[in-house]
Amino acid sequence: MLEALKIEPTHKTPKVYLDPKENHFEVSGRSIPEDSVGFYKRILDWIDEYANQPNPETEFKFELEYFNTSSSKNILELLKKLEKIHLEGKGKIHITWYYDEDDEDMEETGEDYKALLNVPLDLIMKVY
Amino acid sequence: MTYSYYKNMQVNNIIFVYQGEVTAELVSSILHMMENKLDGDGEDKKIKKKVFNVMVECLQNVYHHLDTLEVSVDDTEVNDRTALLMIGKEEKDYYVITGNHVLNERVAALRSRLEKVNSCDKNELKNLYQSILNDGELSEKGTAGLGMIDIARKSGQKLGYDFHPVSDKYSFFSLEAKIARY
Repeated sequence: MLEALKIEPTHKTPKVYLDPKENHFEVSGRSIPEDSVGFYKRILDWIDEYANQPNPETEFKFELEYFNTSSSKNILELLKKLEKIHLEGKGKIHITWYYDEDDEDMEETGEDYKALLNVPLDLIMKVY
Repeated sequence: MTYSYYKNMQVNNIIFVYQGEVTAELVSSILHMMENKLDGDGEDKKIKKKVFNVMVECLQNVYHHLDTLEVSVDDTEVNDRTALLMIGKEEKDYYVITGNHVLNERVAALRSRLEKVNSCDKNELKNLYQSILNDGELSEKGTAGLGMIDIARKSGQKLGYDFHPVSDKYSFFSLEAKIARY
């Protein structure tokens, strides 16, 4: 089984926790690096590896507070790689996009992705 | 002298102003400082997020732009790649203003992009954003041509902009984004 990819969060980059063994897949926090391509490369490469032998069911969770437009493209790429696993029938993918109850921008971002993808994606409002 | 600077900033509701070279570290520091300021002022969480998001896009936009600007030694007016960054808080709005040099040959394209963004309503901006997100290629720096659209979406108001001719080669481009406080 593919080794987990765990990246600690910083004030500019999200927590990344991708662990097939625990079946826990999460990107959360902030994603506002100047160089988003550099940051996401490791994650996208990891997903490419994971696509070779995905779990039968993958629950992938996004819980972002802030993100910049330069990250948005990379996140779409990540989501498209997950979509491919799903559409090719290699494994079932389910994505959950969390947003704060007062954060209509993050909700809209989730809607943007949902509109562009053909994979189960639920938008869930976090209520405090 | 100092007092007049102080009064001038106060009268114009400026809470932050910077003129100088723009580095990644500087952008991070400003964002960090402004986030603390918004927290300290007890600003509504929703407004705070919008202001922070718009600041991120505006400041990183300038940073990426200056990073790609080729400057030769004889260009005295832009030899240090400086920019102006300004953040203000008026009664109704927060505003984020950036100013930087751009090559004259880029002015037409920038102007038409801004005109396009300003001509869109909320729904059209959403469609434009989605189509560029889906089709547009990423530049080497990861910028996707989405910045202006994103700023306009989060601002919810028309963007202000100006191109001031500086020389045969450069113009000074200023961009103003407002975020309603309620």
